[in-house]
Order: sequence, then C-alpha cells, then structure tokens
Amino acid sequence: MSSISHKTILQNWRQSPWWRFFNEFGESRLAVLGLLIFLVLMVSALFAPWITPQNPYDLAQLDIMENMSPPLSESYSIGSYWLGSDDQGRDMLSAIIYGLRMSLGVAATATFLALAIGTAIGILAAYFGGRVDSIIMRLVDLQLSFPAILVALILLAVLGKGVDKVVIALVTVQWAYYARTVRGSALVERRREYIEAAQCLALSHPRIVFMHLLPNCLPPLIVVATIQVANSIALEATLSFLGVGVPITEPSLGLLIANGYGYMLSGKYWIAFYPGIALLIAIIAINLVGDQLRDILNPRLRR
Amino acid sequence: MRMPWLVYLIRRFGQASFVIFAMAVLVFLGVFAIGNPIDILIAPDAPPAEMEAAIARLGLDKPLWEQFLIFLGKALQGDLGNSFVYAEPAVSVILARMPATLEIAALALLMAIFFGIPLGVLAGLKPETAVGKSIMAGSIMGFSLPNFWQGLMLILLFSVLLGWLPAGGRGPTEVILGMRISFLSWEGFSHMLMPAFNLALFKMSLVIRLARAGTREVILQDYIKFARAKGLSTQRIVMVHVLKNIMIPVVTILGLELGSMIAFAVVTETVFSWPGMGKLLIDSINRLDRPVIVAYLMLTVFLFVLINLLVDILYSVIDPRVRLSESKA
Repeated sequence: MSSISHKTILQNWRQSPWWRFFNEFGESRLAVLGLLIFLVLMVSALFAPWITPQNPYDLAQLDIMENMSPPLSESYSIGSYWLGSDDQGRDMLSAIIYGLRMSLGVAATATFLALAIGTAIGILAAYFGGRVDSIIMRLVDLQLSFPAILVALILLAVLGKGVDKVVIALVTVQWAYYARTVRGSALVERRREYIEAAQCLALSHPRIVFMHLLPNCLPPLIVVATIQVANSIALEATLSFLGVGVPITEPSLGLLIANGYGYMLSGKYWIAFYPGIALLIAIIAINLVGDQLRDILNPRLRR
Repeated sequence: MRMPWLVYLIRRFGQASFVIFAMAVLVFLGVFAIGNPIDILIAPDAPPAEMEAAIARLGLDKPLWEQFLIFLGKALQGDLGNSFVYAEPAVSVILARMPATLEIAALALLMAIFFGIPLGVLAGLKPETAVGKSIMAGSIMGFSLPNFWQGLMLILLFSVLLGWLPAGGRGPTEVILGMRISFLSWEGFSHMLMPAFNLALFKMSLVIRLARAGTREVILQDYIKFARAKGLSTQRIVMVHVLKNIMIPVVTILGLELGSMIAFAVVTETVFSWPGMGKLLIDSINRLDRPVIVAYLMLTVFLFVLINLLVDILYSVIDPRVRLSESKA
C-alpha cells in the first residue's frame, strides 16, 4: 500500500510544473554549476562572521607586522594568509567574504526594490493604458536613453556617499527595465479571457491587477531580475571603485579593489586581484543562471 | 499639403528641447534646491556682511522660479558658473579636457569596428565551430567583466609584468588647432592604447554580437544564394554583399553608443589617470566643485540629446518607414 502511494506522489511530482522546471534547468551543466557557485557565495556571505579566519574590521585582530604578506604565506595569528594580506595586515580572504556580503546585500536590496517599484508602475501603465501609459513609457524611454553609470554618478554626486544612497541610485537606474518588461507581457495578458471574466465579476482594480494579472506576467520579470542582480553588483562595484559608492567603513568588493589599485604598480597584485576574481565569479555565475532561466521561461523557444 | 518630413523634424526637435529643459529643471533642483546653496557656494567662515552681499550677488534672495529663469538664461548663453577650484568658467574648464576624452573615444570606436566586425562576421559564418564558439564566449566575457577591473588587469599584465606600455597618464602632447593631441607620437600613442582598448572592449562585444546576428540572417537571404549561384567567390560575397547589409544596424547602434562611451570614459579615465572630462567629473565630485559638476551634466545631456537626434534623423533618411510612422503618430 505504502509503496503505491509513494509512487503516486512521485508521479504527481513528476507532472508538476516545478519538476519540469528543474529538469529543464538541469539540462545545462553550466547553469547548474553557476547556481551552485552562487549558492556557495550566498551562504558564505550570509555566515561571514562565523566562517572567516578573522573579523577584518576588528582592528584588535589585525597584525600590522604581517601586512602585505603574499598569498599562501604563514601567519602567526590566523594560521596562514591564503590570499595574502593588505596594507594593514588584514587577511584578504576574510575581507573578500565580508566585501561579498556588502556587494550581494546592496545588489539584492536594490534589485528587490527596483523590481517592486518598476513592476507596479509598468503593470499600471498596461492596465490603464491611454494617457497614463504614454506618459509612463515616455519616462521609461527617457531614462533608458541615458547610460546607467552616468545617471548613478549624477545622483550620487548630488546625494553624497552612503549605502542607502547607492541603493537609491541603483533603484533609479533599474526600475525602468522592469516597467518596460512587465508592461509588454501585461499588454498581452490584459486581453485574455480570464481578465475579462474578472472584470465581469466586478472585482476591484487592485484585486484584478495584483491577483490575476501580475502572477501571469512573472516569468520574464524573473529573468530580467536575475540578470539585473549581476548588473547591480557590477555597477555598485564600479561606483565604489570611483569613490562615490559605499563608505570606507563598510567596504564592498569594488572598494577593496580601489584600495589594492595603489599597490598594484609595485607588484603587490593580490590586494586588487583576488577581490576582482570574486566579483567576476559572482557576476558570471549569476549570468549563467539567468541565461538558462531565459531559455526555459521564453515561450518562443519552447520545444 | 502634407509634409511628413517636416512634421517629423519639428516633432523630434520639440522632444529634444523638452528633454534638455527637463534635465535643466532636475539639475537646478538637485544642485541648487536640495541642501542650502549658500553652504555650497560661499565659504562657511565668511563674515556675515560678505555672506549677505554674496547672497544678493548670486540672486539667492529671489524666489525659486526667478532664480531658475536666471540660471536658464545664463545657461543659454553658455555660462554655467565659475569653477571653485580653477577660478575659470566651468564650461571652458570642461572643454579644455574634451579633446583628451574624444581622442580615446575615437580610437576605441575604431578598435570596436576593426576588431568587432571581422570577428562577428567570422562567428556568424561558422557558428558551430570552435572558432565561432570561442569568439562568442569572448564576447560574453566582454559583457560580464566589470570595466574598471578589466582595466586594472590590463595594467597588471602590460605595465607591471611585461613592462610594454605605460600604466597611466597622457604622455607628451602636441598642440594642433588649439587642441592638445597625443596620437601623433609613438610615446603619446602608447599611452592611449590601453585606455582605448579598455573603453572599446564592451562596444567590441556588442559589435561582435550584432555582426554575428546580422551575418547569420543575411547569408540565408535569396540574394546571397543568387550570388553564390552566379559563382562569385566567398571572399567577394562576404566583403561586398554581407558586409554592406550588416553595416546598417552596426552603424546605428555604434552611433547611439558614442554617447555612452563618453559616460564610460569616466571609469576608464579614473583607472588610467587619463586627464579627460570623466576624470574631471570624479575629481570635481571629490572636491565638491559644484559648478563643474553642473556644467558637465548639462553638457553631457546636451551631447546625448544631440547624438540621439542626429542618429534618429539619419536613420529616417536611410529608412523612410521610420519617419512616416512617426509623423502619423
């Protein structure tokens, strides 16, 4: 008996869209690898205080006598500096994991806010149409005609440094992508019968928009959001490298690279090199996942 | 009498002026209304009498809309205030740096075209081979590599490890037509190579993708089959028929991207200490030189709108469908 019910559960699971989704995702080895790497990075960033050899921002734990140690050199305080140490004797591996925490945190927050704001604006434009739609879309076109880096620089020049300000800048340059994406799919979905049915039932506008229209517009949004996390990380790193991003007390990967830049010319490459590798791995891993998601969720590529 | 061409032009000019006006409002509000402009414009330790005189001289005692009109009037005459650091008109400080930026942007554009198009066409002709796949993988790397880190790695490789190229700065320049130019001597040119390549890599990846997509589409067309049937050599088909047909999207996108190159030059110039407009912007932000920031902003917006306008008009000349549909809308 129990084995039969076990089988039915398995069968039900195999017919569920989730099963198909994971199955198709697994078809690309590279995408699975990307996902795994990304999860490892996420977990190490989340648990940074417990897994790093030292707290890189607790000055009492730094050993200034061991500053500028090259990678793999022995340490009297923490065993060994796998990736070397910086000008203040800070273990680079610990600094990178803490930096990753900052970079991923800023990127995830900004992406989530931009997704929420952009989606709300885009779906309203599509649902109400007419003048609202054309004004919003003009704004989106205008926003997207300026490069993100320029708009973010301008905003930070006006607002000043700070983690919250970087998030504001990232949201400002990214909401328009979501608005445009969701409007495109909402325009199609709006004409479907189930929306008409909901309207005939005299459901309220918010209920139709958020309970019926929105869930059906999600797939392309997920793809855009995944790719935009990678873009956010890169943009934040660039802004911090230029010195207008996060403050020096809470360095992200970009700021670590900026710090190492000064020592690179004297051959002490590791201070800038390894944070950059971490940045690159994070960006490529997310892009691999995003590319595979796009292939799965794009109905035009359905076999 | 219908004149779709004229309607289109007027419409585009109207849109362009509106964008510039809107940006002027935003910049004005951002810089002069958020925060106390007196703190920004006048030294905080100035005596009260001098401060009041300065407030009156700068017109800060007038209502906001009147201040805005004055700002706009001066901006229209090309006066965007004096730099605090250089004590010169901000616009001329920026314009003095412009040739340096345009120089690497132009070289970067040439690199993007002369490396990007052949690689893209090659990848498009042989999409399934190892060559085609590695070109595409390279272009994906070009998209994902953060620009500034790629610049650092260039310095690490070519300056620190190999010692072939200078790590930064502009090197010797020569004055031609009142502009300082570096590409005339090898020494100056060698200083340009890395910054230009750094700036070009992203665009090159873009051109590779466009050229590849274009080539894959074009080689399926009937006129290519016909050219093959006529017995033309592959070389001639590629050089004449394929290239001509993929150039339209490539040129359009590159034209549009010219503006973003100037924006990205901010990063490149900071990495390579290249004394152009972008480095000036970062320096001005760090030194709180607001007039220069405002002037840079307005000039860049103007440049952007101008480039978009020119590309749109050129495009409508090439492809009449665009202007017809726009003038009806």
